[in-house]
Amino acid sequence: MADRIVDVLWVVAFALLTVFSVPWFLWGDGTVVAGLPAWLWWHIGWMVVATALFWQFTKRAWDRGMGVTNG
Amino acid sequence: MAELAIQLGVVLAYLLVALIIGVIAYRVTTNAAEDYYLADRSIGTIVLLFTTFATLLSAFTFFGGPNIAYAQGPEWILVMGVMDGVLFAILWYLIGYKQWLIGQKHGYVTLGEMLGDRFGSQTLRGLVALISLFWLFPYVMLQQMGAGEALTGLSNGVIPYWAGAALITLFMILYVVIAGMRGVAWTDTIQGLFMLSVTWIAVVWVLVAVGGIGVINSGLSSSNPEFLALGSDFYTPAYIISTAVVIAFGVTMFPQINQRFFVAKSDRVLKRSFTLWPVLVLLLFVPTFLLGTWAAGLDITVPEGANVLPVLLNEYTPVWFAALVIAGAMAAMMSSSDSMLLSGSSYFMRDLYKPFVTPDVSESREATLARIGVAVFATLAFFASLTRPGTLIEVGNTAFGGFAQLTLPVMIALYWGGVTRDGMFAGLVGGQLLYLSHVFVPTVTVDVAGMTLPLFARAYAGWDVALPAMVVGAVLVVTVSYATAPAPTEEHDRFVVSAD
Repeated sequence: MADRIVDVLWVVAFALLTVFSVPWFLWGDGTVVAGLPAWLWWHIGWMVVATALFWQFTKRAWDRGMGVTNG
Repeated sequence: MAELAIQLGVVLAYLLVALIIGVIAYRVTTNAAEDYYLADRSIGTIVLLFTTFATLLSAFTFFGGPNIAYAQGPEWILVMGVMDGVLFAILWYLIGYKQWLIGQKHGYVTLGEMLGDRFGSQTLRGLVALISLFWLFPYVMLQQMGAGEALTGLSNGVIPYWAGAALITLFMILYVVIAGMRGVAWTDTIQGLFMLSVTWIAVVWVLVAVGGIGVINSGLSSSNPEFLALGSDFYTPAYIISTAVVIAFGVTMFPQINQRFFVAKSDRVLKRSFTLWPVLVLLLFVPTFLLGTWAAGLDITVPEGANVLPVLLNEYTPVWFAALVIAGAMAAMMSSSDSMLLSGSSYFMRDLYKPFVTPDVSESREATLARIGVAVFATLAFFASLTRPGTLIEVGNTAFGGFAQLTLPVMIALYWGGVTRDGMFAGLVGGQLLYLSHVFVPTVTVDVAGMTLPLFARAYAGWDVALPAMVVGAVLVVTVSYATAPAPTEEHDRFVVSAD
């Protein structure tokens, strides 16, 4: 049961990660921060977040997601 | 004239050195343990990082991307982020790890082999190989087009397009015929590290030469005021989403990527690469695409049919440096084309030639045939690249769209035991036919109830037709599977990997 909830949370996390890879809320916004558009800074931060999330996934759910106990 | 001599000298010398190092590396590597594909636990993270990185270095990303950023603004960075950084990484797990687990149990080496065995059909096996080779063709063309346009840009039009395309074709063939094997891990590492370094050096160099990013941004605000704001008439949400989804799904069915799923020795390779995708995307695409965008703000004029990157570098960095960047990019393209061609030849020999022509071919004859096959394939792609059917991004998108038609049927078969052979054929053939008709049949317009609607267009309301074609393929797999009974030779439990 607890595993089931965790699985759903992973799916939700990946869905959010995908959807907000594009900062839709900045659509049409041309604000420049330190020489680069604000949306580009979002992208840079988001890729770092993605790496952290993927790393945690490989630690915690990689094999369970496939139903195997491979080392 | 002196400039041209330096440019040609640097490019030729670099390509030759890369070739020689590749050959030596291959010869001194006594077994395949050094090879990324068979990377064991001993391989270091840095080596892993750069061998993965080397697969991203194609003309599509290195020249096509900056060109589109120059013409339309830098939003392609976001397309790459969704596509390669996030979606492809998730598919890398869902398709790649699953295929790896299945491959470990049954020893498959190609996608066609796996599907043919599961559905008990040699025809299916051959069909998958044929579809893959068909779409590999434009992707090889893309490398030749990229090289041609790069040397034209570098030499300011003096080196004709065909010469650059011919040069990289020659080196591709030499690499395969002499080395006969994909680049080993450490040559990929050197090339990847080199390209990443010169890219960032180029960014700093251009920034210093023009007097800072403020100068560029004020140039942009007068030349292309819409560039820095997110979205435009070109970069619509429909365009960003459909391009990113289609390419991400397409890449998983790329022969050299898909084969990696089977032959990685340890799942650690897959795990690490999965984690590193977003970092690689960040490190490579932000600088290259920004350079393309900045060229627009710096009032760079690109000669007809040339790539923007060499033109920009020529303007703000020394001749030798610009030539070195282009040479490095071409060498990296050459070595990734090489693994593409070798995976292609493995599809051809294993899934087409042996099952349908001569089953018991000797090992040496097989090697000879594979090399001849690669040389013929690359030469034909070269002649096709002379017709220049579109921009780099357009040709790349077309190829990825074709591969993407394989992805959903394969994914459904990997996870749902109820797929039948007929369902699989329906999904694959249906998706391909729908997509092919839109690529090759010219657009016509029809009047329906007072509205003019396009037919056979490459995009509908801004959505790439490859996306609905993927959906149609998936629906066909599911519905036909429900409507038909499995064939007696199907092996239902082939894709089951869990213990329970």
